[in-house]
Order: sequence, then C-alpha cells, then structure tokens
Amino acid sequence: MENVTTAEHVEHEEHGHDEHELSFLQTYVFSQDHKVIGIQYAVTAMLFLLFGFSLMMLMRWQLAFPGAPIPIIGNLLGQANAPGGIMLPEFYNQLGAMHGTIMVFLGVVPLAVGGFGNYVLPLQIGAPDMAFPRLNMASYWSFFLGGVVMFASFFVPGGAANSGWTSYAPLSVIATEGQTWWLVGMLFLIASSLLGSVNFIVTTLQLRAPGLSFMRLPFFVWAQLVTSFLLLLAFPPLQAAGTLQLMDRVAGTSFFMPSGLVVADQALEISGGGNPLLWQHLFWFLAHPEVYVLILPAMGIVAEVIANNTRKPLWGYRALVASIIFLGFMSFVVWAHHMFLTGMGTTISAFFQTTTMIISIPSVVILSALFISLYGGSIRYTVPMLFALAFLPMFGIGGLTGLPLGLSAPDLHLHDTYYVIGHFHYVVAPGTIFALFAGIYYWYPKATGRVMNEVLGKIHFWGSIIAINFVFMPMFITGLAGVNRRLYDGGMTYAHGQEVMEWNAVMSYGAWALGFFQIFFIFNFFWSIRNGRQVNDNPWQSTTLEWQAPSPPPHGNFATPPEAYRGPYEYSVPGASSDFTMQGQASGADPEPARV
Amino acid sequence: MSGSAEEVKKHIDVYMKVAGALAVGTVVTVLASFVEVGVALGIVIALIIALTKGSLVVAFFMHLLEERSRAIRWTLALTVVFWFVLMLVPLFTMMDHTGTPKTLPNANASESHAEEAH
Amino acid sequence: MEIPYTVTARPDTGLNNVKLGIWLFLASEVMLFGGLFSSYVLLRVGAVEWPAGADFVNIPIGTFNTAVLIGSSVTMVLAYASLKLGDLAKFKTYMASTVLLAVLFLLVKSYEYYEKISHDHLPSHGTFLAIYWTMTALHGLHIIGGVAVNGYLWGPGSSMFHTKRDQFIGRVEAAGLYWHFVDLVWIFLFPVLYLL
Ligand code: HEM
Ligand SMILES: [Cu+2]
Repeated sequence: MENVTTAEHVEHEEHGHDEHELSFLQTYVFSQDHKVIGIQYAVTAMLFLLFGFSLMMLMRWQLAFPGAPIPIIGNLLGQANAPGGIMLPEFYNQLGAMHGTIMVFLGVVPLAVGGFGNYVLPLQIGAPDMAFPRLNMASYWSFFLGGVVMFASFFVPGGAANSGWTSYAPLSVIATEGQTWWLVGMLFLIASSLLGSVNFIVTTLQLRAPGLSFMRLPFFVWAQLVTSFLLLLAFPPLQAAGTLQLMDRVAGTSFFMPSGLVVADQALEISGGGNPLLWQHLFWFLAHPEVYVLILPAMGIVAEVIANNTRKPLWGYRALVASIIFLGFMSFVVWAHHMFLTGMGTTISAFFQTTTMIISIPSVVILSALFISLYGGSIRYTVPMLFALAFLPMFGIGGLTGLPLGLSAPDLHLHDTYYVIGHFHYVVAPGTIFALFAGIYYWYPKATGRVMNEVLGKIHFWGSIIAINFVFMPMFITGLAGVNRRLYDGGMTYAHGQEVMEWNAVMSYGAWALGFFQIFFIFNFFWSIRNGRQVNDNPWQSTTLEWQAPSPPPHGNFATPPEAYRGPYEYSVPGASSDFTMQGQASGADPEPARV
Repeated sequence: MSGSAEEVKKHIDVYMKVAGALAVGTVVTVLASFVEVGVALGIVIALIIALTKGSLVVAFFMHLLEERSRAIRWTLALTVVFWFVLMLVPLFTMMDHTGTPKTLPNANASESHAEEAH
Repeated sequence: MEIPYTVTARPDTGLNNVKLGIWLFLASEVMLFGGLFSSYVLLRVGAVEWPAGADFVNIPIGTFNTAVLIGSSVTMVLAYASLKLGDLAKFKTYMASTVLLAVLFLLVKSYEYYEKISHDHLPSHGTFLAIYWTMTALHGLHIIGGVAVNGYLWGPGSSMFHTKRDQFIGRVEAAGLYWHFVDLVWIFLFPVLYLL
C-alpha cells in the first residue's frame, strides 16, 4: 500500500509542471501543501496562544496583589514597564490590549481556521489540496508578518497598543506609536484571512469528491464554509475602518475625532468633524461576526468528535446545517448590542436586542442537537471526547450568560464589567479552546501516525477543566457586584468592589494552575511525535474521508481519488458488518477501502 | 461569455453600445450637477445615474447577465444584502440618539470653505 | 499533483476555480468600499456644512479621467473578446491600450494630487478632503494593482496563449472582472466626490 502511494505520487509530480525535487525550503518553509501550511498555522497560532496567555498570567499578578513587585520576572520587564518589578498602569493596558488582540486574531482564528481548516477540510472532502495552493502560502505568510509586527510593537517607544483590543477612538487616535503598529499588523492579518476565506470557499464548492453532495458534507466542513463567508464579508469594513484610523494617526485626518476635543486641558489641533461612533460601528460590524468565527469551527470539531465517540449519527444533521447557516447570516445584524451605552436611543436598541434574541435560537438548536446526540450512545471516553463533552456545558454557560447582555436594560448594569469578561471567556476559553484541544488530540494521529499519550491527556483535561472554572466563574460574581473590566488594580479603590476583592487572588491562582496543566499538553505534544503509540490510518474507526488517506497523507493526499457513497456519520448502521461504515465505502464492500 | 465566433462578434456589438451609453451617462451626470435642484434631489439623480452605469458594467462587461452559476448569484445577493446593512450605519448613528447633540459643529469645514475657495 | 477544475468548469457548479475565486474576492471588495461609502455618508450628514466638491476639485479633469477609465474598461472587454476569437495580435493591441489608459488615469490623478498639495488642500484640513484623499488613494492602489496584472498578461504572461490557451483565457477573464470592478468603483466615486 505504501509503495503504491509513493509511485502514484512520483508519477503525479512528473505529469504536473516540470517540478523538480522540492528543496527543504519549498517543502517545509515556503510550502504550498495544505498540510504543511496547516501545521505551520497551527504551531504559530499555538505559540501565540501561549504568549497571549502568558501576558494574562502576568496581569493576574497585578490583579491579585496590586502594587506588589512581580517575583523573578518583574525585573526582566524593563524599567519603562515595571520599575522595581512593579507593573505600571500603562504597561497593564498594553498587556490587556495585546492579550485580547493576540488571543483572537493571532491565536484562536489562525488555529481554528488556518490550522484545522487547512489541514482537515481538504482531506474531509477528498481533495488533493486547496484550490489555490500559492494563495494559501501567501495567506500564511501574511499572517506571519502581521504577527511579527504585533510582536515587535512591544519594543517601540511607548510600547504596544494600549487602547484595548477594540481600539476605540478617540483614545486610540491619540495613543502612543504602538497603536500605529497595531493597525498595520491588523491590515496584514485581514489580508491573510481574506486570501484564506476565498480559498476555503472555492475549495469546498469545487473540490468535493464525486458523490459528496452538500448534505453529505461533514458538519466540520459546513462550519468552515460558513466561517469563511463571515471572514470574507465582515472583515473588509474593518479593513476600511483600520485605514481610516491609520489616516487619523498618520495623516492627521479627523474621521473619528469630533470637533472641540480637549485632552489634558488642551484643545487638540485637528480639523474635527469626525465621529467616534463610526469606529465602533465599523469595528463591531466585523467583531460580532468574528465571535462566530471563533465559535463555529469549534462547534464543527465537537460535532465530529461526538459522532465518532458516541458511535451514533449526529442527531438532527439537517437542523444543525440550517442553524449554522442562519447563525452566520444573523451575525451580520446584531453588532450594535455592544453599543447600547453609547447614547443609542430606544428604537435602535429595540431592533438590536430583538435580532440578538433571534440569533440565540440557532445556537440553542445546535447545542441541544449535540446534547441529544449523546443520548443512547455507547460513549468512548477518549481524551478528545472529554474535551468535546466539556465544551457543551461550558459553551452553554457562556451562551446563557450572554442573554442578559443582549437586552439593553440589564446591559446598563453589566456593560463593561467583569461579568462580560466572564461571559465571553466561557465561550472562547473552556468553549473554543477546549474544542481546539479536542481537535488536536483527535487529528494528531492523522498528521503523525501516532496518538498522543492518554494519561498525560487526561491529566491535562482534568486539571484544565477544574482550574479554568476557578478563573472564570468568580468573574460573574465580581462583575455582578459592579467591578469594571480593564482596571489596573482590579477594582481595589472602589467602594462597591470591596466585598468581592478576595476573588481576585482566587482567579489568579486558577489562571496559574491552568498554566501549569498546559505543561502536560506541551510535553505530550512534542513527546508523542516520536514516542506516541503507533496506529493505523483510522485509529478512531471513523467514517469521514480524511481517515481513508494514509497517515500522514502524502503530497496529493489520496492514493486514489476517493468517492463518497453515503452521509458522513454512518455509525452503528443496523445490519452492517462493523459499527462504522466509511463514506468512501461502496455498499457491500469491506470497510477497509480498496486502494488499487 | 461562451461559444462561437458568431456569438463573440454579437457580443462586441453589445459592448460598443454599452460604451456609448456609459459615455452619455457620464455627460448627463456632469450636466445634471449644474442644474440647481437642491441637495437631496441632486444626490438622488446622481446616484440613479451612477447605479444605471454601474449596472451596465456589471451586466455586460462582467457578463453577470449571462452568469448561470448559482454560487456566484447567491454570493452576490448575500453581499448586496450585507452591503445595505452596512449602509445603515449612518442611520443607526444619527437617528434616535439620546444624550449628545446630533451634530457637532464641523469647525473646519466652514473655515476652509471660506478661506480656501477662491 | 493536479488541482481539479482550474481550467475546466466543474459540471455541477458550472464554474472553474479561478472564476469563483475572483467573484468572491470582488464581493469582499464591495464590502471594503462599502465601509468607506458608509463613512462618507455618516460624516457628511453629520457635518454642519459640507463643501461642494467643486471648491476643491476640478470637474473637467475628473470628467476626463472618468472617460479614460471607462475607455480602458471597453478596451479590456475587447481584448478578452479578441482572445476568444483566437486573435493574439488584436488582444495585445487592446490590452496595451487598457494599460496605457490606466497609466494615463494615474498621471492625471497625480496631477490632481499635486495641485491639491500645492494649494495646501491636505487630508488633515477637513473631513471632505480627508475622505477624498482616502478614497481616491485606495482606488488608485487598485488601479496600480490592475496595471501590474494587465501588464503581465500583455507581456510575459501572454506566452501561455500558445501552451495553455484555455487557462490563459481564464486568467484574462479574471483580470477583466477585476478591472471592470475598479471602473465600477470610480463610477460611484466620481459623482460622490466631484459633483455632490
Ligand atoms: C484561558 C486563559 C485566559 C485567561 C486567564 C484570560 C483572562 C482575561 C482577563 C482577566 C481579562 C480582562 C482584563 C481586564 O479587563 O483588565 C481578559 C480580557 C480579554 N480576553 Fe482573555 N483570558 C484567557 C483566554 C482568552 C481567549 C482564549 C481569548 C480569545 C479568543 C481571550 C480574549 C480576551 C479579550 C478579547 C479580552 C478583552 C481585552 C480588552 O479589554 O481589550 N482571552 N482575559
Ligand atoms: Cu456581539
């Protein structure tokens, strides 16, 4: 089997353009193979996740023990940031803004879409590669450049951007130089995601294997498809807004600067006439769809893992697909629920809170369908399944706590408090990040031919799930008490915060414990590349097409182009010889697909 | 656009007609801008002409009229819908606002207007 | 390894990859310029006073440039039609005209910029000027991109006509779609910035 693969491979190469042996650079650095690019994306993104998380672990010191010098690391941060190891407020703001930016734009999205999308999607639809391999490479390198710019901004005078990941004007326009770097970095990142999204959509529509009709697509593919449309159509307005803000900062325009602005008792020398709300609208026009970009691929991964480990078809596949499409569509008309407190009147508020309540329906449908899928299954508690199972209640908490935020009356109280931070972190951290862990454990054998260590995986899981709830659950308590987000001292100086201040240290210990348990993952990830248990091409006995390719799949993926004969989740079909029937298996044939 | 030499030649005829229409449209929109009809009506007229010209370009030069692909049509329909949503931003900002006055003086517009227009 | 449907259309979607790709790209461009148009409208309705475009811009020059760009769109579509007829020489003539007209557009635009700068009509001097500069400059960047692509297809890229004709036609078609779109944006920019 292996020989046939390589022979095919070589033959294809010769047919194609007069390609020579690919050099090391072409194979591993400037690769056009979707699997290499996927891994590049995933590894880069994981490094950024770690970096962004480290920023947060630093901040948590300041929040737990305001004004105390940071042990050991404090002196490494430099006099400009932390004289005597004590973090300055300016530095805290940089860390906060960059934590948000890095986690969202350089961590989760590149991992969920760039990493998993690139690696898994072409395999799942039986394609030899992405439709535009060169664009794919350009997309990665544009992302990489954006990351470099963001990272470098820590070292410019005044440090990195410090106006929050939302970069609200006018604050961001008068901020230090780091903000300019932030904008330039964002332009690269947006260009990257544009190239990526075009590529994903074309690949999904055009390169599906014969027989793989839309209603036979694995749910993960649907999730990526909808996500790509969100990226395609929601990001450009932020590109426009970013350009305008860049003009405000560099060319002295006043797009977001109202007339008569006074800063530190001085009237600014600007032409004025701009509107700060314009930034907020354009920003959230992207950023609400963006939160669905963060969550949809996660739902896709969880659906795959659940179907596989319950040995049952997903419950309500059609409802899931309809919901995710509707969700994607609606995500374009809810953005101003982030702006109830900008002086928006009741008519517009009513409109946006209505659309927000409507959009919660498909989310509930999806979550319910996934829950119901568990019912009656013979569940295998593998490591990916543990993470996928944890996703369900965690995302549930995140989603349900979002409802009061979407109604303008309770949002008056909750807006910009730690309640909000708790809410969306339940969605993105124990929600999305856990789903991404599930995906890593699940597809690792496809990429390496080995599974990750199960014991280490379980320690990682149980440690993380407990620690993470210590981080985020208390945020609801402090938030409901009225403690604001983005406070340098965690709310110490506010009378209303006094009763809940002791939670700050609890959350910080939780965050550091969470960090500790990631060590098990990082070690496992690298150790298993060489030492993990070797497995066959389909270790989870899964049904979808990617498991029909060799592990790791060669350049061009499949020895023979696969065909799909059935839906994606034919588990435990009555009368079948085994409890899974692969999509590529013509009826009656044996489960191991014949490779001629 | 597909097909035979005959068809292509027919297309070329159409292109020339469209080119003529675009030229006329450009002239008309410039002339119309000198007619005093008030700002609102002026904007409406200019946009109608621009929309007409734009539709001609899309329909004939970009061959959308002949485009049978559902993927393209759906994508564009979706884009048009979201584009209109985006165009509502000014409305959402200006309309139904509490607190600050609806408009702040645009100090510079009047200033530069007075000084720099010769 | 060959990627399927780079040239031929996939039967069930009726498209090849390139064509779908370019339309998707244009869809995102619509939203990009949409963001700017939306900003324009907001700034304008929010302004106490808005200068007439004519106070800053030169309408005859703008009209001339509009005609130039429309002309280049016409030559572009003729270049594509010639290619379909298998006439490389004619394609080259039309494509060269397209590129030259685009360069002419850029030259005229640069002259306009020069005029503005020498009158101190800089973007920092008012919201109208700010949006004028931003939108025309972004559009200008698109023109420059188009010149690069079309120039390539006219010059070195055209050797593909002899080796992979269908693929070459597909590329010209995609470049054409992009180019018409850039023209289309100008059709809206012109009245908005010069006439209203
Ligand atoms: C799992 C570990 C994480 C911890 C312990 C953590 C903790 C925090 C805390 C305490 C804040 C509030 C800071 C403040 O208001 O001063 C914050 C803000 C934020 N976090 Fe996280 N976070 C984590 C993961 C993530 C992830 C995975 C994402 C995104 C995908 C994310 C996105 C954000 C954003 C966007 C903000 C707002 C930043 C701003 O105020 O501009 N975080 N995080
Ligand atoms: Cu939102």
